[in-house]
Formats: sequence, C-alpha cells, structure tokens
Amino acid sequence: MTASILFFVLASVAIAAALGMLISRNPVNSALWLILNLFCVAGLYLTVNAEFIAVIQVLVYAGAIMVLFLFVIMLLNLSVLPDLKRIEWRRIIAFIMGMGLLAMLMFIVANTLDMVPDPVTLQVAAETGSATSLAKVLFTQYAMPLEVIGILLLAATIGAVVIAKKKPV
Amino acid sequence: MEITLNWYLTLSALLFSMGVIGFLFRRNAIVMLMCVELMLNSVNLSLVALSQSMGDTAGQILVFFVMSVAAAEAAVGLALVIAIFRDKLTIDVTQINLFKY
Repeated sequence: MTASILFFVLASVAIAAALGMLISRNPVNSALWLILNLFCVAGLYLTVNAEFIAVIQVLVYAGAIMVLFLFVIMLLNLSVLPDLKRIEWRRIIAFIMGMGLLAMLMFIVANTLDMVPDPVTLQVAAETGSATSLAKVLFTQYAMPLEVIGILLLAATIGAVVIAKKKPV
Repeated sequence: MEITLNWYLTLSALLFSMGVIGFLFRRNAIVMLMCVELMLNSVNLSLVALSQSMGDTAGQILVFFVMSVAAAEAAVGLALVIAIFRDKLTIDVTQINLFKY
C-alpha cells in the first residue's frame, strides 16, 4: 500500500514538474523544474528496486548534465525574455499526427506480442537492480560497448571544446 | 491497489509526449535540449521498469549507455548553442535560419 502511494506521489510530482518545465518562460526555471522531474524519476527507480540506476540518475543527470545546462544558461545571460507569439497550427497538427502514429505503433506492437504485464512486486528483482549484479555483466558481457562508450565520451568532449571555441579571426 | 508495469509504461509515455510537446513548441534552443533530455529520461524509466519486472539486467545496462550518450549529446548540443549564440546573438530557433535560403 505504501509502495503504491509512493508511486502516485512521485508520478504526479514528475508530471507536474514536466508541465512546469514546459510552461515556464525563463530557462533557469525550466532547468530547475527538470531537476525536480529527474529526482522524482530517480525515486521511481527506487520503487522498482533499481538502486544503481537511481544513484547514477541523480549523479549524472541531476548533477552533471543539469549543472552544464544551468552553466550555459548563465553564460549566455539572456536577460530579455522572448515575446509570446501566436500558436503555430502546423506544429500542432504535426504533434497530433506524430502522437497518433506513436499510439498506433504501440497498439500494434502490444497486440502482436500479446504482452501481459506482470505486477511489479519485485522482491525477486532486488538483486538485478544492485550494483553488484550490474557490474558483473557490465564488465564481462558488455565490456566492448563500455569501451566504445568511453571513446564516444572522449570524442564528445573534444568536439564540444572545438565547437564552442572562439574562432581565430 | 497493486502497481503494475502498465502504470510505469503509461507514466513513461506521458513524460515522453510532454518532451515531444516541448520540443515542438518551445523556441529556446536550450529548453529544446532539455526536452530531449526529458524524452531520453522517460525511455529510461520504461526500460528500467521492464528490466526489473523481467528480472533481467540487460535493460539497465542499456539505460547506463543511454545516460552516457545523453551526457555526450548535452555537451555537444550546448557547445553548438554557444557557437550559434556567438554568431547570431540569439538562441531563438526561429531566428536561426542559416540553411533556409
């Protein structure tokens, strides 16, 4: 019972934070709402006993990535808020059609696979979410993708520095 | 009331569509990047819920890699935003029309 209450509280705060991110006009407020959303999703990971992913979520997402976002927002120092424009119907139609396609695809996939979701009871799943069991497969079965991800991060770091560097005039 | 996998997948779909809404309707490039992060995050949520309900670690390994790629994407995207701001003095995506003409 407490688990379901926890789920609903975290889920509603996550949705409210996502809405707040969408409708706040100042990008700093958007970033802060997104951080709240990321924390709530980390809490949801804890409700399914995925402790390692929850910790990584807080460290990497709410910590590193959002600090980067806030840093760039403050670096650019956009004091002038953009004016509100009229609603663009083209984008609304694009959104509705895209969501319709997504719903159709999800319906077809769910129908074909005949997925009957299990209840997330997860006394059994406690060990699959721990850092120990994840590290065992990460450094044996998935060692090669891990190395590739390392190279990708190095390339992204160098690329970011090169792109953001001031061009020599 | 038992919380089933359906609830997690529904929440994930809701957060994903909110990210899509933001990406389509916001004009600030940084907020658009944040909406991409929201979408990646909702996919992570569904992956973790599915992985835990099946008792399989593969989904969570995939989430780990998705987070790394998201970090790389944020770094490069924000560098692009800085480069564009240096050139155009705006990050409004309707003003950035280098390829338009």
